[in-house]
Amino acid sequence: MTATQLASPVTVRRPARSPGLAGASVQVAVRALRKYIRTPGLIIMGIVQSALFLFCFRYVFGGAIHAGAQSYVDFLVPAYVATIVLFTGGGIAVAVAEDKEQGFTDRLLSLPVSRYSLVLGRTIADSTTNVWSILSTAAFGFAFGFRLQGTWQDALAALGLCVVYAIVFTVVFIVMGLFAPSAQAAQGMALIAFIFAFLSSAYVPATSMPGWLQPFSKYQPITPMVDAVRSLLTGSSGYVGLALVWSAALIVAFTPIAVLRYRRA
Amino acid sequence: MSAAATPAGVSPLKAPVLAAPLLEARGLSVRYGKVTALDELELEAASGQVLALLGPNGAGKTTFVRTVATLVRPTAGQLLVRGRDVVRDAAGVRREIGLAGQFAAVEPTMTGRENLEMTARLFGHGRVAARQAADAVIGRLSLGEVADRRTATYSGGQRRRLDLGASLVGGPRLLLLDEPTTGLDPAGRREVWDAVRSLAADGTDVLLTTHYLDEADELADQVVVIDHGRVIASGTLGELKASVGRDVIEVAVADSAAVTAVAGILERVTLSVPRLESGDRHVSVPARGGAAELGAVIGCLEDAGIAVDEIGLRRPTLDEVFLTLTSEDDNDDKPATVGTTTNRSQR
Repeated sequence: MTATQLASPVTVRRPARSPGLAGASVQVAVRALRKYIRTPGLIIMGIVQSALFLFCFRYVFGGAIHAGAQSYVDFLVPAYVATIVLFTGGGIAVAVAEDKEQGFTDRLLSLPVSRYSLVLGRTIADSTTNVWSILSTAAFGFAFGFRLQGTWQDALAALGLCVVYAIVFTVVFIVMGLFAPSAQAAQGMALIAFIFAFLSSAYVPATSMPGWLQPFSKYQPITPMVDAVRSLLTGSSGYVGLALVWSAALIVAFTPIAVLRYRRA
Repeated sequence: MSAAATPAGVSPLKAPVLAAPLLEARGLSVRYGKVTALDELELEAASGQVLALLGPNGAGKTTFVRTVATLVRPTAGQLLVRGRDVVRDAAGVRREIGLAGQFAAVEPTMTGRENLEMTARLFGHGRVAARQAADAVIGRLSLGEVADRRTATYSGGQRRRLDLGASLVGGPRLLLLDEPTTGLDPAGRREVWDAVRSLAADGTDVLLTTHYLDEADELADQVVVIDHGRVIASGTLGELKASVGRDVIEVAVADSAAVTAVAGILERVTLSVPRLESGDRHVSVPARGGAAELGAVIGCLEDAGIAVDEIGLRRPTLDEVFLTLTSEDDNDDKPATVGTTTNRSQR
């Protein structure tokens, strides 16, 4: 055996060093993006689903909801775009749980890569797909009658904030996927985030909820996040600071959980 | 965390690592809550071999492989892989190993080549080196025809071979295969066996788990039997079977009503307790006396006028080896070192 111990035992050379954080993250991200792009059903279903929900809110419930001085479509669309990740994020949790179930995560963890690259790569990939859903949902918003009242700079700032939320909730959904015992369970857990969206000011004015529910609606993160996007679109910047603080807090809280959970997965 | 860069060659400081055994487990325990998966397991295995870990479901085989792969942290004890501690130098261990788990962990929407190149990059290869590594693996595992197809279209055997290939693109010193052929058809199993044999012939150390005796027979130099998280026997497969020390007489009766009578005859002749096999027409019993006892049994059956479909003497199956070893284990805490034990029958 001495000879084979000295030579590399297979014709394949051993790499001189382990991959860096950036390099490994890119590989993890590219694979997740390829999976998404090469599964056309996922993309089409995502678009159809977000369009259908928007349609229902706009044309079915919308007539019965009074949004103050604003028309309901102008009240709804910014919030709907800001929270679209909560609708599509179930897919992230499911994908993470599937990777765990099907051995892909084990393979990654047996490789000499940083544990952070698993979270970072996944976040890069899923945030990218979420930017796509944000843009396509915004397009449907315009199609269903939404019109900008402020400048295009305001709109861009609002869009930027939506992208920040996409990153934040991607990490949250990754954690859900990691804790879910199965892919099906992950789908169920993702509904929790969905509920947070409904119990916020996103689709109805918080003041229309019963008094005992209003404090929850007011102090949970989705409400300031949604209100910040709305205010940016009208040229002010109310709630933006609070929304960014919530975003930072969620990222800071959930990223280590994800990394630690991967480590012991 | 990324491993500190270790040169591919051997620096003088790392020299002692090469002399270290392939695997060295000392009092290795892994507990999940109240469940004990590995129970103060002791094992030492030399480099330069295919080592098969045999055991019934739940014996701790997969946990052991996952511990070697640094996916599970020991609750107590120590495990060294080629001299590197799986806890203190997990990153170093990961550079030594390639894991192919129970599931083929390849991305179905990517081609075989893409999968291999991705894994090679994750081992630390640059773009060019990753391409070369993928090419080399495709060649050696005969995946050339399918390499540029998405793996969703692969047969089970092809997918397993690709998964095996993915564990090879980093040039590992130790290949970990957890039930590499479970769920494959016979042709697929052959493909994987051939691949493993050729790798082993080129000097890659292999640790594989299996519940198939024939798989161990085909591939392994050494066999370690574990049960309840402990090593209960180790040696070559032949030593292991010989250690059970007796062949088995198996009888299939034509009429299931006669089973009890046959069992009585078997017990009288062999002085051992017969076992009813699957179905209700097969009875088997360990026969220390071998062919002579078989003759006696045939005589008794004829005298009793019992019609028999089949009767014969055979080597014990893995099941029977297990049964014997595990019942011995109940009386004796120390792992039996097969081959030096005394209960080898003379034939």
